[in-house]
Amino acid sequence: MSDIQQPAQTLPPNAPSGPPLPRSTKKEGKPASLWSDAWHDLRRRPIFIVSAILIAVLVVMALWPSLFTAIDPNDPRTCELATARQGPSGGHIFGRDNLGCDVYARSIYGAANSLLIGISTTLATSLIGGMFGLAAGYFGGVTDTLASRLTEIFFAIPSILGALLIAATFRGGPLSSITLVIIALTVLGWPMTYRIMRAAVITAKSQDFVVAAKALGAGHMRIMMRHLLPNALAPVIVIATINLGGFIAAEAALSFLGVGVTSPDISWGLMISDARNRFLDAPLPLIFPAVFLSITVLAFIMLGDAVRDALDPKLR
Amino acid sequence: MKKTSPEVLPAEGGLGNEPLLAVDNLHVEFRTRAGVVHAVNGVTYSLNPGETLAVLGESGSGKSVTAQAIMGILDMPPAVIPKGEIRFRGTDLLKLSEDARSQVRGQRIAMVFQDALSSLNPVFTVGWQISEMFRVHRGMGKKEALTKAVELMDRVRIPAARQRVNDYPHQFSGGMRQRIMIAMSIALDPEVLIADEPTTALDVTVQAQIMELLAELQRESNMGLILITHDLGVVADVADKIAVMYGGRIVENAPVHDIYKTPAHPYTKGLLESIPRVDQKGQDLYAIKGMPPNLLDMPTGCAFHPRCPYRQDICVTEAPALSGISGTRSSACHYWREVLDGTHE
Amino acid sequence: MGRYIIRRLIQAIPVLLGATLLIFAIVFALPGDPVAALAGEKRTDPTIVAILRERYHLNDPLLLQYWYYISGVIFRGDFGVTFADVPVSQLMAGKFQVTLNLALTALVFEAIIGVGLGLWAALRRGRAADTMILASTLLLISVPTLVTGFVLQLVLGVKVKQWTGVDIFPIAGISNGFRSYLLPGFVLAGISIAYLTRLTRTSLVETLRADYIRTATAKGLSRRRVIGRHGLRNALIPLVTYLGADLGNLMGGAVITETIFNLPGIGNQLFQSVYLREQPVVVGIVTVLVLIYIVANLVVDMMYAVLDPRIRYE
Repeated sequence: MSDIQQPAQTLPPNAPSGPPLPRSTKKEGKPASLWSDAWHDLRRRPIFIVSAILIAVLVVMALWPSLFTAIDPNDPRTCELATARQGPSGGHIFGRDNLGCDVYARSIYGAANSLLIGISTTLATSLIGGMFGLAAGYFGGVTDTLASRLTEIFFAIPSILGALLIAATFRGGPLSSITLVIIALTVLGWPMTYRIMRAAVITAKSQDFVVAAKALGAGHMRIMMRHLLPNALAPVIVIATINLGGFIAAEAALSFLGVGVTSPDISWGLMISDARNRFLDAPLPLIFPAVFLSITVLAFIMLGDAVRDALDPKLR
Repeated sequence: MKKTSPEVLPAEGGLGNEPLLAVDNLHVEFRTRAGVVHAVNGVTYSLNPGETLAVLGESGSGKSVTAQAIMGILDMPPAVIPKGEIRFRGTDLLKLSEDARSQVRGQRIAMVFQDALSSLNPVFTVGWQISEMFRVHRGMGKKEALTKAVELMDRVRIPAARQRVNDYPHQFSGGMRQRIMIAMSIALDPEVLIADEPTTALDVTVQAQIMELLAELQRESNMGLILITHDLGVVADVADKIAVMYGGRIVENAPVHDIYKTPAHPYTKGLLESIPRVDQKGQDLYAIKGMPPNLLDMPTGCAFHPRCPYRQDICVTEAPALSGISGTRSSACHYWREVLDGTHE
Repeated sequence: MGRYIIRRLIQAIPVLLGATLLIFAIVFALPGDPVAALAGEKRTDPTIVAILRERYHLNDPLLLQYWYYISGVIFRGDFGVTFADVPVSQLMAGKFQVTLNLALTALVFEAIIGVGLGLWAALRRGRAADTMILASTLLLISVPTLVTGFVLQLVLGVKVKQWTGVDIFPIAGISNGFRSYLLPGFVLAGISIAYLTRLTRTSLVETLRADYIRTATAKGLSRRRVIGRHGLRNALIPLVTYLGADLGNLMGGAVITETIFNLPGIGNQLFQSVYLREQPVVVGIVTVLVLIYIVANLVVDMMYAVLDPRIRYE
């Protein structure tokens, strides 16, 4: 399976229908207690603590990379071709890459683009997929049929090839390579969130308090925003967290294929791609960004797993 | 039919004074994360060939857990049996090896479950599921076993058995499914049949038919029948004796007619009074006050004391033992005399 | 059953048309003139260009061009020709063979390892083996194909050859027949193995909680028969359908693996054709992949009906 398809299958036990709605131990209609129960539960899970610390470190790394390294990889003077592929040494703990640049500094600086793309894509897919899912689930009928048919079309296209195609087609246009990656991943990624949101809304819709609100004459907007959204949010948050890791992996895949982030921007996928030709005799310049990438993806998928378990006591 | 019983278990006959099946001071606990659930706390009852024992109680009273312990189908862990004996023809089943135990299960002691739809495997035909008993336990060939399955379906009066033998469980009605369940359980002529709420999921008219069928099958084969139910009305016609359970204990033990006329435990009395009766039309239905006991945190003394109209101080501190009040009856109540008298008013 | 299949086929038509139109539209927007690309470096006579544009309907609006294309595909199996005047269908056949071999190898790994580990974990639920297996699925899901590909290429391919002197796992190309697909097949299967392990575990654990399992035990059957016959038969239903649907996913997602191991499959071909702006090849490949996805899902639905009598008789 490709990396980019990861989001499509992140919750295997319930893959076709999305995760079951979380059930609070108390009567439904009190999302606040669900969230506080979940938070209480979450704080005591080692897997949550580990992933939260990892993510915190990554965020700091993305915002202030100079805290971690004195070398600025954006400065070409820090690279020396003569020292290309040198192994680890005092000042360069991960050694140097094919162009003699410091692998450690570049790996640190790569976090920013990965997180930027991962978070932006997740927000965009959640917003688009969530909005369509909410509307389709609430209104049903023609709206639902049309939106659902549309998502089926997107599901039929292999995600990584679709994203590759979009990224390749609009390359060199007015959009920066990073923006283009976000757009390509969003176009192929939103139907997943749509499905989850739609299923959750349909379940929430039939609950008594929503029926009651309708009977009391609440408007569509009010019912959707005040009653449905808070109750359907949990599974969307779970899938979003897990997807974030998937999008970061997908960015690396696209950059590796040469249609993602381009030089001089730094990306782990790009570093892997640059190092691959000499990989068999100088593996370190490839291994280090690969380790950064894997740990980042792992952190978000672990977080998603922990959040899902906390929100859905039934699966325990 | 010849039984392939291991030598530790005597074959039929030679009972002496020992009943066919005797549960003796049985305790079952579930060790869960939330604490220890005391599901069964010293249950004692016995069953003779041809006899029908009704075990009565609300859900959580331990009646089904006791039955599952007899069958040996409790999940252990979390279930633990710290104390007690289950003697079948004089042999304690709890001391048998798993191998010997599975020779008893299904062949000599069989069970019918409550919800036949979920209790039958959805992906195999009913014929396959019934004939499996003959194939596995009697080494029969497919064809011969299927013929036996059709015979059994005829015997439990499933119409057009021959045509329906290759249908799947979901293609039958609820009553028919329960008949299939029964056919499967009596396939190897068990000496004891345990029916756990066999009619709860069914319509009232179908309920009566299933009860009749069970009674008839029992008469034909002289097996002992344990009928587990929460419904006093269901068992009145078929049971010989009744054991009433509450909070994992037997609170009253009596021949069926005595218990209906003169209950000797306040809980039994409450149950009887809560049955709707034709001759009391228009009167309010009686309901026992309060909630069933929390098995994680049982009341001190008599488990029924928080709900009991006869409660005195001793009930809170001291649990009454199940003790004989006549040759055939026993009650676990400090004030059984008062309860008995009360019914004479 | 027959009506069910027909209904599903009819439902598949708009998906096929929509997906191919979408791809067609994106490729339509690919910069560059196919005719100029066709001519290569040579200067081309404007009249010839005009004739070529007319012949390939390049002056028609998008929808009309799409119609010419898709009707050719549907009614004549004609996917057009490449720049080198080779029929696209002929080019694709070889590439699809490679990717199909790769995906099938991956599927076999997935089925054996995923189901095996999942069953093991389910039967040892809550114990050390279960915890270990679950933790390793988390790890397997998290490490991108990009990483496992290179690492296994180095460790299993290169190092094993150095240590043993035998080239057990060839690391590039398809010249070693079946063995060529072992390593890339495993890499491609990686994430799916983890999902299938989890799915198998959940499925069996849920099944073993079912009432009919209790019934089977009460029938005096051995634990082996209870699990092996009554449990597995039910637990396998979602697994078989997952595997069926995954074949399409594996084929569509093979591009990274194909790139790492230099396999001349469709992922690689599509990638190259995008760069060469070979529009007919790009659209052709995606169209066939969409078809595979649709057919795989159809087969899965039918398998479901075969495996689960409750669906068959609805």
